[in-house]
Amino acid sequence: MSDSTVSIVVNNAPVRLKAPLRLTELLKHMACDDQSVAVAVNLDFVPRSRWANHFLQPGDQVEIVAPMQGG
Amino acid sequence: MTDSWRLADTQVSSRLMIGSALYPSPEVMQSAIEASGAEVVTVSLRRQTAGQNTDSSYWSWLKQLPVHWLPNTAGCYGVREAVTTAQMAREVFGTHWLKLEVIGDEQTLQPDPFGLVEAADILIRDGFEVFPYMTDDLVLAQRLVDVGCRILMPWASPIGSGQGIRHPQNIMLLRERFPQVQLIVDAGLGRPSDATEAMEFGCDGVLLNSAIALSPDPTRMAGAFEQAVSAGRLGYRAGIMPQRQWASASTPTIGTPFWHQVP
Repeated sequence: MSDSTVSIVVNNAPVRLKAPLRLTELLKHMACDDQSVAVAVNLDFVPRSRWANHFLQPGDQVEIVAPMQGG
Repeated sequence: MTDSWRLADTQVSSRLMIGSALYPSPEVMQSAIEASGAEVVTVSLRRQTAGQNTDSSYWSWLKQLPVHWLPNTAGCYGVREAVTTAQMAREVFGTHWLKLEVIGDEQTLQPDPFGLVEAADILIRDGFEVFPYMTDDLVLAQRLVDVGCRILMPWASPIGSGQGIRHPQNIMLLRERFPQVQLIVDAGLGRPSDATEAMEFGCDGVLLNSAIALSPDPTRMAGAFEQAVSAGRLGYRAGIMPQRQWASASTPTIGTPFWHQVP
């Protein structure tokens, strides 16, 4: 990995993006509607209010979830 | 006769709560939910993939309904993932209500009682109203109440099995021992009469999904369950006669033609 990129795993798929990488930038890259998704990094919930200041680290496991039907 | 009830911190009228999964189309789902009269509907979270429209067709229909959301932690096998899923659900759905599922066995989808109590304790301290999906075990119920659960949701039988209430005595015992708890039978109901049975035991409500969604006519079945729940509740409130071992004639025998005393 070069110094200018960061490799992470998003919803179980590898993603490599330019570093430094904030959560807000990842969500923009993923074309997510910010108001309809929630995020966890390495199994810890990250509230929406902290996305702009949360810098992703190499190897981070990111979960991005959205609403769906359920039982 | 009005029969509204207090669920957590909210006044609701319907005692039937239903899931939003497994319907053949969003249109059928919406029609069935409306026919059920349910005011509480369970929802869930899925992984979001790049470029995917967040507004999935089912959710875009669901979010128009005037109901209370009950997000679940379906598919969680550990305490940490259940807690994190709960926190994500609170942000997405804007509710502190949570159907807490911590699964302990893949074949039966039986809840893990130890993980369930641990997760419930953490989430209640974090401000959640936990609706624990549990087995019908008396001691587990006590442990959940001890950590602050005001609602208990024992299964009738395994999720999606449609077997009805396999151990009626256990449900009756929970009702007897926890009169102040909101007792909701969740999972395993198949027939409308299963819901009636639960309500006749004095349960406060029932929660089901497959029994309606997997019917060939979900909308009609939703109406059947709505009436079944009402009938069971009404019967419970009226009071059910005690069983007798033998017959007891209901028609008065005085003045019966040709009647004679049996020696």
